[in-house]
Amino acid sequence: MRKTEQTLDEILALAAKHFNVAPGTLVPDDDFIKKLGINSLQALDLLTRLENHFGVELPDYELQGVSDFRTLASRIHARL
Amino acid sequence: MRTFTGQALHWEFRDGTGELTLNRPPANEIGQQMLEELEHFATALETFSAEINVCIIGSAQRSGFSAGADLRELYNRSLPLDQKARLAGVRDFIERIHRVFNAIDAAPVVTIAAVHGVCFGGGFELALTCDLVVADKMARFAFPELRLGLIPGFGGIPRLRRDVGNALVRDLLLTGRSLNATRAHAVGMVSQLAAEGEALHLARATATHIAKFDAATRIAAKQFIKPIPHSEIQHEKELFCKLFDRPTVMAALKKFAESTDPMPYLP
Repeated sequence: MRKTEQTLDEILALAAKHFNVAPGTLVPDDDFIKKLGINSLQALDLLTRLENHFGVELPDYELQGVSDFRTLASRIHARL
Repeated sequence: MRTFTGQALHWEFRDGTGELTLNRPPANEIGQQMLEELEHFATALETFSAEINVCIIGSAQRSGFSAGADLRELYNRSLPLDQKARLAGVRDFIERIHRVFNAIDAAPVVTIAAVHGVCFGGGFELALTCDLVVADKMARFAFPELRLGLIPGFGGIPRLRRDVGNALVRDLLLTGRSLNATRAHAVGMVSQLAAEGEALHLARATATHIAKFDAATRIAAKQFIKPIPHSEIQHEKELFCKLFDRPTVMAALKKFAESTDPMPYLP
């Protein structure tokens, strides 16, 4: 069975790759909006990439107020 | 005109195919300028429909197909008006956009929406007028109108109901959440799913294929399978205007218009 940590690792790897950040520079408690320097359109883009990667749907309202990778991972994990 | 380049649109009817390109930064918001040019387009589509088989509607804006109605413009135009004039202005806009959308919906050519990025509100409603929706896998669809105290006003709900089940219609309408293209394809809202950046290419390939068919048969098939839900659309227009005529809507538009976010319609 998939663990939340595995989901988290995949999110960090996907975000680093897509936003051209060196692997290992992103950590679970980072505020990804600030750390990646992304705007709302790019955040929506990240959401779509995560949905496509994990094969889940994440309603926008579930992500309101979520800014760190760890919480994001738990939201995704709950729908896997 | 077979070709046109305005402030919000570009179109070209050539070699049996029409292409309408939405091109108003930042995200093809539908305001007065876009509406005026869409009206010209609807006239041109009617004039030259015998010369073309297919018309593709796409976007030159990187952000996506369209973020929907220009709410900042709507607020700024409504602000100096009294309540009666405000409602009259909105009703006029609604009637005009419906004439355009109905013309595209019923055009005697096959219409294809080539969608990428955001396809929200009125932009989503425009895509739903088309016979086929070809979507990039990064596209997202939403009806965020409830956040403003409104329902979609450009015929979106009846047209979406024409294509998919009520459960999904209610989900999108009542939650305002955005739906990714993969899911939209799975439920039948999107006809064909394209790789990232490939929606227009796929739409063009589809147009080339469709052009091989007999025009009279194509027109008959479209009329048979795609009736316009006029009665529901009329009901929707009345409900939209009734809801618009409330102080809560102007308050929500004010909050939207004063937001410093360049794209406040996003979740």
